[in-house]
Amino acid sequence: MAGQEQQQPQSRETEFEDDAPATPPATGDAQASAATQGVDDLLDEIDGVLESNAEEFVRAFVQKGGQ
Amino acid sequence: MRVMGSETEYGIHAPSAPGANATMMSARVIQAYAQLTRQRAAGGAETRWDYTDEEPLHDARGWTLERNQADPSQLTDQPPVLDAEAVALAYGREELEQDGEDETGSLLMNMVLGNGARLYVDHAHPEYSSPEVTNPRDAVAWDAAGDVVALSAVRRMAADPQLPPVNLYKNNTDNKSVSYGSHENYLMPRVVPFGDIVRGLTPFFITRQVMCGAGRVGLGQDSSRAGYQISQRADFFEAEVGLETTIRRPIINTRDEPHATADKYRRLHVIIGDANLSQAANYLKFGTTAMVLSLIEAGLAPRVEVHEPVAALQAVSHDTSLTATLRLLDGRRVTALDLQWMYHEAAAKLAQDTGVGDAVDGDGHTHALLERWAATLTDLDSDRTAAASSVEWLAKLSLLEGYRQRDGLEWNDARLGLVDLQWADVRPEKGLYYRMLARGRMDRIVDDETIARAVTAPPSDTRAYFRGRCVSSFSKDVVGASWDSVIFDVPGHGRLQRVPTREPLRGTEALTGGLFARHKDTGSFLAELLGQTPPPPPA
Repeated sequence: MAGQEQQQPQSRETEFEDDAPATPPATGDAQASAATQGVDDLLDEIDGVLESNAEEFVRAFVQKGGQ
Repeated sequence: MRVMGSETEYGIHAPSAPGANATMMSARVIQAYAQLTRQRAAGGAETRWDYTDEEPLHDARGWTLERNQADPSQLTDQPPVLDAEAVALAYGREELEQDGEDETGSLLMNMVLGNGARLYVDHAHPEYSSPEVTNPRDAVAWDAAGDVVALSAVRRMAADPQLPPVNLYKNNTDNKSVSYGSHENYLMPRVVPFGDIVRGLTPFFITRQVMCGAGRVGLGQDSSRAGYQISQRADFFEAEVGLETTIRRPIINTRDEPHATADKYRRLHVIIGDANLSQAANYLKFGTTAMVLSLIEAGLAPRVEVHEPVAALQAVSHDTSLTATLRLLDGRRVTALDLQWMYHEAAAKLAQDTGVGDAVDGDGHTHALLERWAATLTDLDSDRTAAASSVEWLAKLSLLEGYRQRDGLEWNDARLGLVDLQWADVRPEKGLYYRMLARGRMDRIVDDETIARAVTAPPSDTRAYFRGRCVSSFSKDVVGASWDSVIFDVPGHGRLQRVPTREPLRGTEALTGGLFARHKDTGSFLAELLGQTPPPPPA
């Protein structure tokens, strides 16, 4: 777990700047389309778990006051 | 780092019984969990709350509000008597009749758990208050344990054919003008002047939402304007400083109930945060706030004052581009990120000077926190995709934008409102945060085993250890407990024995673990604890 906290933004930023000019446009497109595919898959999954009748469900969620 | 803890009021909803009384449903949630803990441990692993030391009307600015001046919702030092009359007074006769029930007097409203937490009905919501912990990683674990407790109660109720299924949501508004809280508590030395706390914290609280906001569909308290904003809570704040938590909510809350030795400590009660499912956002919320309190105690908080703090808080929340500038009283204009960097810089310097921030010889938390704080601010500025794995409002926004692009939805479309609501459903198969977590799209600070342990085990390094172990080891003889006491009713003794726990860093495993190991009997346990029998000689 500790490893996840050791993010080093500065080095990532530098890497990005260094890599950017050398990256062929095709790879960028491929990455973008992979990312889009990921989002599409995610939305398909979420379509399946969302409560049916959004309007009614959201309207009925009425809370009493709290702190 | 510092003693801290969280409180979460869950949104509660029974889709098949929309008119159901919320206080009654909340009591059923507590009841459902009590049934589970009774199954888990013979004799029960919960106990009742002791109200003796509750002081909700003490104001940190040095006075006490008269009871007859207080809003009824501020009188949190009385056990809620949930009888038919109280329900009718609070919510009107019709609702009571609609419910058609009359067995509420027997419902358990308040329990102390074996992990040291409190689970109870607060107003019209089930609330989990975490045990006291000493660092933000543990704060994340024991706060997430509350979500597991909530989930267990939901499952239990779903399995009961007599009850309508109840959903719980870890969010802060119904988007129809009502908000409910997610609070943080931090222990501070009383000697720090309250004015310094207000000055030092206000600019930080106005801007920390860029890292810790949970995101909200809708603008304005009643969501009457379409759009998306960073914070669940910002639109519900109306004052800079004040005692209230349910009306005229203030950025800095002055409730002064230390739940500890009052001349040494104050418990800073923070009401401005969003409830976080994102572990990284929760970690930063507790960790960065604790560091800013250290800055204030050292007199080293950045000397900045924001013009019109309440308006600024809302302006920051409404600006998802993070480019809006805030006016400081010295005439400068800065962005929310600029202000956060000022605090980061000051905190990093103090941590270096005192040594707590050292990667090897530090306190084991500050170094990682400062790194994550900086990484998050950097990503918010330059790589939002990277930031979305920890920043909750961005993660939620990525889903919402996906829907908007795929289906051409406007911000006032009910499906986007549903995504916002269902993001916070505590059931992993329904909660959209949990769907994102399962796909590896959200960072983890603690793993599921750590959270599962925190559901039943108390933290080892605060008085919560003593409280939790008493509840799980001696529950049949523990008749009440609170943050600063445990009350025993020992068979054969005439009167109740109240054990005060007013020092948050005593009652730890190191100090009392042996005592629990040596005694299975409440009487002999108490006799040694209270010095009536000598402890065994060291081996």
